[in-house]
Amino acid sequence: MPTDIANMVKVFERPASLTGARFTYCPGCSHGVITRIIGQTLDELGIAERTIGLAPVGCSVFAYLWYKCDALQVAHGRASAVATGVKRARPESIVFSYQGDGDFASIGTAESIHAANRGENITVIFVNNQIYGMTGGELAPTTLVDQKTSTTPDGRDPTLFGYPIRFSEVIAQLDAPAYITRQALYDTKRINDTTAAIKKAFEYQVEGKGYSLVEILSTCPTNWRMTPLQSNEHVENVVTEVFPLGDLIDRG
Amino acid sequence: MGERLLLRGNEVIAEAAIRAGCECYFAYPITPQAELLEHMARHMPRLGRTFVQAESEIGAISMVYGAASTGVRTMTSSSSPGISLKQEGISYLAGSNLPAVIVNVVRGGPGLGNIAPSQCDYFQATKGGGHGDYRMIVLGPSTVPEAGELTILAFDLADKYRIPVMILADGLLGQMMEPVELPEPVDLESLPAKDWAATGAEGRDPNIILSFDLGPENLKQMNLVLQEKYREIVNNEVRYEESDSQDADIVIAAHGTIARIAKSVVRMARAEGIKLGLFRPITLWPYPYEPLRALADRVDTVLTVEMSAGQMWEDVRLAVAERAKTPFYGEMGGVVPTPLTILNEVRKHAN
Repeated sequence: MPTDIANMVKVFERPASLTGARFTYCPGCSHGVITRIIGQTLDELGIAERTIGLAPVGCSVFAYLWYKCDALQVAHGRASAVATGVKRARPESIVFSYQGDGDFASIGTAESIHAANRGENITVIFVNNQIYGMTGGELAPTTLVDQKTSTTPDGRDPTLFGYPIRFSEVIAQLDAPAYITRQALYDTKRINDTTAAIKKAFEYQVEGKGYSLVEILSTCPTNWRMTPLQSNEHVENVVTEVFPLGDLIDRG
Repeated sequence: MGERLLLRGNEVIAEAAIRAGCECYFAYPITPQAELLEHMARHMPRLGRTFVQAESEIGAISMVYGAASTGVRTMTSSSSPGISLKQEGISYLAGSNLPAVIVNVVRGGPGLGNIAPSQCDYFQATKGGGHGDYRMIVLGPSTVPEAGELTILAFDLADKYRIPVMILADGLLGQMMEPVELPEPVDLESLPAKDWAATGAEGRDPNIILSFDLGPENLKQMNLVLQEKYREIVNNEVRYEESDSQDADIVIAAHGTIARIAKSVVRMARAEGIKLGLFRPITLWPYPYEPLRALADRVDTVLTVEMSAGQMWEDVRLAVAERAKTPFYGEMGGVVPTPLTILNEVRKHAN
């Protein structure tokens, strides 16, 4: 039976807020999914034309290429401080920073905590894959105990390297933030949850409610030495034991 | 011109920045520039402008990067150890072609040093304190009123060339009070539009602010653009002051506070028959090599005097290039030479 193209309904397409530039991410990595969700959110809220995105250092250094919005590439760890400068200078703009775990929770510790503590009206997308992807799979602040990385070849020994830091929980101790949540992407439900969380985070900014942080447990099949499927199972079965999912603060 | 005010150098720089249209100021407390921060804290919010006491110097310069990216006039200030922390951000500002003003009220170093006046950050300011092939315009005020004038100029030059500009002051200048007349505030609407700024891409293609390209050929091109800009600045923006040099046998080469002290030394020397003049660079980068070289052809000696171990001295020797003798006298650690100690140095070189 010939396909009746005229009567087909388009149920899925690239968000209008994405440029269509090819991603530079490895197969199976979650960055692409997160990027799509952000694009979809900018579409749904109709805010792309007043959004300024901040690309970090690391695998997502090219993040400024994906969105049809103004963007800055910023120094490693400094995105939350830069976002402060952008938002204070242009309060009418929508500002989001996209930061990995090394960026947000290690080298940018001071900038991250203090932007949150000032309650800056910005949205932080915090991508936690427990490893330094771009530089070759080194220890991250979030690396699990006993996890092998290129700088902990025998596994993370907590007596030498400390424990994985639950940075969202640290920030959740503060009085100012409006919304802090941890999400994952290992199945359809979790992708839908993450989509809802990212949307809420941007909505809070639009409504002037203040600082929002969406931590997303991401995968790094390349440096984890796992298939994409194994990576998703690893997040579901192992990573979420250390980094439990759910809202930590919602003062909306 | 506005009313006559009696203010500290730090306050004059702050007030001049406000009148120059600085809309966002970010800084972290440090002596001896705390009055600058405090003046901004009092006045910026009342004007509906942004004052943020940042979590660190790194945070402050990163906030400047963000604000500058959106096209507003923005500034940070600090003193030596804090300026060291800002070097990452300064390199990014330079690489991303962003205008910003950075004030260094220099104190004794290295390390924690002390809070007394010094000129020991000259290398850091003029030779590239951060990573990469970049330059920054560096202005060296010598008096409190000039600190105000140069602060306003700094904002204009920063915008004109899309470059970070540093005011290199010192603790003495920051703390000293003098009467000043500052100009009326600029009309923000009158400032040139910045079509490159990140303001939201409504009705146009996105503006992207960045300092990197992974392709060597592309990054080379970005560097060539910077170098062309620096050549233009060298050709157009050299500023200096030359006084009592027409008949001079000796000139003192000095910048900032020391140049001011040297003016007293010139009077004292001439009273005892020594034909002494003064050469004072106002732009420390671009350095006035050519005017100093021309002067060196007419004098026997160019005596460099600094509150450092001889940092600007290197530029003086580069300019003079054996055309005259180039002795040096410097003090370190926050010691400010008196006119008499400098005069004694001059006497050693007078025939």
